[in-house]
Amino acid sequence: MAYDYDSSIRPGKLPHIWCPGCGHGIVMKGLIRAMDTCELDRKNTAIVSGIGCASRLPGYLDACTLHTAHGRAAAFATGVKMAKPEMDVIVCGGDGDGTAIGGNHFIHACRRNINMTYVLMNNFIYGMTGGQFSPCTPTGDKASTTPYGNPDPIFDISKLAIGAGASFVARTTAFHATQIDKLIAEGIKHKGMAVIEILDDCPTTYGRRNKFRSVVEMMERLKDMAVPVAAAAKLPAEKLEGKILTGILHQEDKPEYTAQYAEVIKKAQGA
Amino acid sequence: MAKKVALLQGNDACAQGAVYAGCTFFGGYPITPSTEVAEVLSGELPKVGGKFIQMEDEIAAMASVIGASLTGAKALTATSGPGVSLKQELIGYACIAETPCVIINVMRGGPSTGMPTGPGQSDVMQAKWGTHGDHAAIALVPASCQEIYEETIRAFNLAEKYRMPVQVLYDEIVGHMRERVEFAEPGELEVIDREAPSVSPEEYKPYDDTKGQIPPLASYGSGYKFHVTGLNKAADGFPTTKAELVDAEERRQIDKVDDNVADIEKFETYMTEDAEVIIWAYGSTSRSARYAVNDLRKEGIKAGLFRPITLWPFPEKQTAELAKQAKAIIVPELNLGQMVIEVERVAKGDCKVAAIGRVDGEPINPGQIAGKVKEVL
Repeated sequence: MAYDYDSSIRPGKLPHIWCPGCGHGIVMKGLIRAMDTCELDRKNTAIVSGIGCASRLPGYLDACTLHTAHGRAAAFATGVKMAKPEMDVIVCGGDGDGTAIGGNHFIHACRRNINMTYVLMNNFIYGMTGGQFSPCTPTGDKASTTPYGNPDPIFDISKLAIGAGASFVARTTAFHATQIDKLIAEGIKHKGMAVIEILDDCPTTYGRRNKFRSVVEMMERLKDMAVPVAAAAKLPAEKLEGKILTGILHQEDKPEYTAQYAEVIKKAQGA
Repeated sequence: MAKKVALLQGNDACAQGAVYAGCTFFGGYPITPSTEVAEVLSGELPKVGGKFIQMEDEIAAMASVIGASLTGAKALTATSGPGVSLKQELIGYACIAETPCVIINVMRGGPSTGMPTGPGQSDVMQAKWGTHGDHAAIALVPASCQEIYEETIRAFNLAEKYRMPVQVLYDEIVGHMRERVEFAEPGELEVIDREAPSVSPEEYKPYDDTKGQIPPLASYGSGYKFHVTGLNKAADGFPTTKAELVDAEERRQIDKVDDNVADIEKFETYMTEDAEVIIWAYGSTSRSARYAVNDLRKEGIKAGLFRPITLWPFPEKQTAELAKQAKAIIVPELNLGQMVIEVERVAKGDCKVAAIGRVDGEPINPGQIAGKVKEVL
């Protein structure tokens, strides 16, 4: 399939704000391909984000776009989806936005299993504010606020989403560009909360503090870290040390929130 | 035909008013003393095809309300002081993104958890200045169950007309008291819906003020694709840091209220024509003040009551006139002196201004007000 990126991008909004080598642009192209694959009518598609580099993504796309406050994307998106369930709702944002300040909204959107697709770009850092550690900065790594190395343990976002009740959880990396759109498309098709975690790179605020000499090195690390779920099943535990599983990690059929609320309306109306 | 009447709690009257106004979305979080608004709407909204959602926290409730409003729904949340404190950032978001919504604040004491079941009027300055940055504010302060019903409807009308958040503040006493409420017939009270764009989706700009101070707001999912952000923005909705655009946009959002005070203001006067002393009171405190006026008049003291129903924008003109007419203005409040600061500012020394403050969880009674009047005169 030939993709027409231009018709998805708002005229005059490029160039984007992202640094050379940042993976967010790869994710944005993947999202466009996924929306095209699913034939989403952009007039009925809300793309909602919080604050941060990744949250600037919706502004570039020609759709109903909502750039909200730090951490609150999932809660705004829940309002949109509840009020107009016929709209397709996509949330995008980063690891700090989604799992620190927005952690509560993230887990409760997962718990409700409300039908939206959350594209979470995990680049292990707060990029826009200059490289402070996030809940996903690996322990021991350097950030502008961990000059002696990060003492904090990390969130495993995908496990968090599964544990909180999301009915579709998938993970890939910015290196695996073609998998990004396939997984997002699966998430859009899925009826329920779909979380697609994409491990991403921030050469400017994470890479340079942690001895990555180039973007290529960062991309190679993402490539090396990734082990597809099916392959991992055949590997002994020691071979999975320091690796992350990629692909569809979890998928189940369970009641979707707006469908459940439609039943509430029926009961209230005595049907 | 006889009107439909009911003995209703203030919070219940608020919920009924919301339904009359066409509210189809409530996002909330439980908090005393406002919870009954949520409880009633959880039953009423789905009956009319509306949506009720109990969110994970106060901030999420406010976020859901703004999200729902952008799809075209008339959206409401209800809370109390601690909840409003949490919502403040997003109230500012609704201001800058010009998203209509209504916030009910059933006031209790504070700061912090304070006295959750006691009445307070200590959020009146928060209603104006709570969120950061310069912004306009509309806040209504009903004093009876009937008035809560009607002012909730008016709050939706003002939110839709001026494309902004409107707060309705009433203290726990009014929120939890039960009074006779007359329901309006359909069509009896004005119900305003936001103006839809008259231009095509291709031409639409969500903050284009060339045809008027309040740009029409399209709804998500109605054929219009547009961008909404909390950043300073240009007419097309996209971020800008151009000084002249930022300045013009900020000023327009404040002017739209300042230039329309006559439409937004609402107040009641009682025996003020010849009054030498004015009791300037709102909410439950105004009910004690009315008794005090009657008692003082019996004693030959020419007292009168000024009762703002719209608290913000502040009733500057009326207050200034009363300051010129009277020897003194007494401002009783269930706080330690908030609106009295505004009264002093506007009175400009034309008369004495004295406060009665109370924060012990008890109401201000008529005797306390009458006593202060005699002390000041």
